[in-house]
Amino acid sequence: MIRLEPRTAPPAWLALAAPIGALAAALALSTAILAAIGIAPGPALRLLLEGAAGSPFALAETATRATPLVLTGLAAAIAFRARFWNIGAEGQLYLGAMAAVAVGAGALEGPAWLLVPLVLLAGALAGAVGVLLPALGKVKAGADEVVTTLLLNFVIALFVQMMLEGPMKDPMGLGWPQSPPLLDEAMLPRLVERQRLHAGLLLGLGLAILLQLVVSRTVFGLGVRAVGHNPRAAAYAGLPVARTTLLVAMLSGALAGLAGAAEVAGLKGYLTADLSPGYGYAGIVVAMLAGLSPLAVVPAAFLVAAVFVGADTMGRTLGISSYFADLVVALALLFVLVGGLFARYRLRLGRAAA
Amino acid sequence: MSEAFEILFQASFWVAAIRIATPLLFGTLGALLGERAGVLNLGIEGIFVAGAMTGWLAVYLGAPLWWGVAAAAAAGALMGLLHAFLTVTLALSQHVAGLGITLLATAGSHFVYRVAFPTLTQPPRIEPFAPVGWAWLEGIPLLGPVLAQQTPLTFLAIATALFLAFLLARTPLGLAIRAVGDDPAAVEAQGLSVAGLRYGCVVAGSALMAVGGAFLTMSAFNAFFFGMVSGRGWICIALVVFASWRPLKALAGALLFGAFDAWQVRLQTLAGAFLPSQLFLMVPYLLSIAALLLAARRADYPRALMKPWRRGER
Repeated sequence: MIRLEPRTAPPAWLALAAPIGALAAALALSTAILAAIGIAPGPALRLLLEGAAGSPFALAETATRATPLVLTGLAAAIAFRARFWNIGAEGQLYLGAMAAVAVGAGALEGPAWLLVPLVLLAGALAGAVGVLLPALGKVKAGADEVVTTLLLNFVIALFVQMMLEGPMKDPMGLGWPQSPPLLDEAMLPRLVERQRLHAGLLLGLGLAILLQLVVSRTVFGLGVRAVGHNPRAAAYAGLPVARTTLLVAMLSGALAGLAGAAEVAGLKGYLTADLSPGYGYAGIVVAMLAGLSPLAVVPAAFLVAAVFVGADTMGRTLGISSYFADLVVALALLFVLVGGLFARYRLRLGRAAA
Repeated sequence: MSEAFEILFQASFWVAAIRIATPLLFGTLGALLGERAGVLNLGIEGIFVAGAMTGWLAVYLGAPLWWGVAAAAAAGALMGLLHAFLTVTLALSQHVAGLGITLLATAGSHFVYRVAFPTLTQPPRIEPFAPVGWAWLEGIPLLGPVLAQQTPLTFLAIATALFLAFLLARTPLGLAIRAVGDDPAAVEAQGLSVAGLRYGCVVAGSALMAVGGAFLTMSAFNAFFFGMVSGRGWICIALVVFASWRPLKALAGALLFGAFDAWQVRLQTLAGAFLPSQLFLMVPYLLSIAALLLAARRADYPRALMKPWRRGER
């Protein structure tokens, strides 16, 4: 009989092996599915790898795709640490993007050193406001934030469409539902000549380091962990549980909002309803792969971005739908969840000792 | 303004309300069954997609309609089995496992659809369930004509609600299910299998959710579209709280919700000229959020909901 036995101290190597193993297992299973529908796994995997990292262009593309994932990954990681299940990053991302357009598309004028921070700040604020209702609902009424944040994603998606067909529609857009472009001064600088990679990545890296310090070195970070681990014990110890939950929720929303603002101000230049191909949801997978550690979110985001970019290339060449990448990412989430179990428990064969 | 209320007296309005309520009722009952046993199933949104895709695809490939429903239920049960394995056997986070199931079932369904139909832009259609049109039913004043316009799946949903209400309130098995959601240790002490009860409820509940999805492609519409579930699963999770985990209240809640949604669609044609359509489309989601916020405060959650249980551990 197989038993699970708690580990007293999870080994450090497992923290690294679990996410990589999970992704490898997900890729293995997905390519087995490809093999089942008659696509040779070897060449398919090679195409995926080449597409994600086979050339300087591919690497830059992966890094570009990783940028919003770092931010939404951080949004999920910090919230999940306090057991605030913010699944609304997708909506908060769009709120941030809308705020970036509202501020940066001509409403304010000024030099880049002023306009860029204002655009980002507006995005962060909008994201934080977007999570206020679910956070208050949880703290005040005990309403499950998973459901409220998820439902708000649909409300916000409709709101974006409404704005893009109405007040936020570009009059020069030839009738397309898209926002007017941001001023040049409001745009984030490009990192590499003639590539799409932009300074949003540096923002994500900086925030990952900062948040790592916050969760590991500050009283607030300790409070977040305590509230997540056992809210009743935290309250008993005199921690402001409700306030910590609210703060963490808004921090999480702000990070997701930043992801949206950075996508608009760094990459697209304007807002359309298809700005995000699910970065908010993929951020959850990134955070779980990272074991909710802010610093580990960065490599996890690159891994997930590599799957997306690589699967695009593979799909184009072999004629496989891009939903293949979604499949890999979903499987990776389930595998890392199971993998996390082995970090906390040891598998034992045989009967329990009396 | 009076026009907005005259709608409520049209038979076609109630036909639409019940049609909208049907998938929600299946989903709410499925989620309710799992939660009564202590397992939250956030895989619901993806299971809806999987059910919608599987049932429709089976019929498209030549299966009779009811076999399509069975195929959808089987696909849902399979997802439920995975969710139960993750949350009951492995005692993992119900939140994350459920979201993982939703991502997996959605991506898997979309992938299978694209493998089956790589280049189609127009979704292939099937001949869906027809309204029952029973003559004896139409004879009943007021309610009869409205019900006769519904398809067999609606009657299956209502029957399931009545059956679950009876099962949970009046049978030893129902008592065991309610107990395992409140105090698994006590169930264990009675010599019953906690894991067995939870597996059964999650698997059966997931099958119900998938049939709710199948209703969309096999009764409400006649084809599979990407994004056609659009949050119905999450609305069901809110409705379970609103219905305080009772099947008959779930029936009432789904109907109330269906009525609001049908009303909203009709108001769109009345007021659509001076209000953006998206405002109306937001109504179901906002309504669910409001219902959840209102119901949550006095909600009497199954006490062991979301608490994994391992023999010998507290």
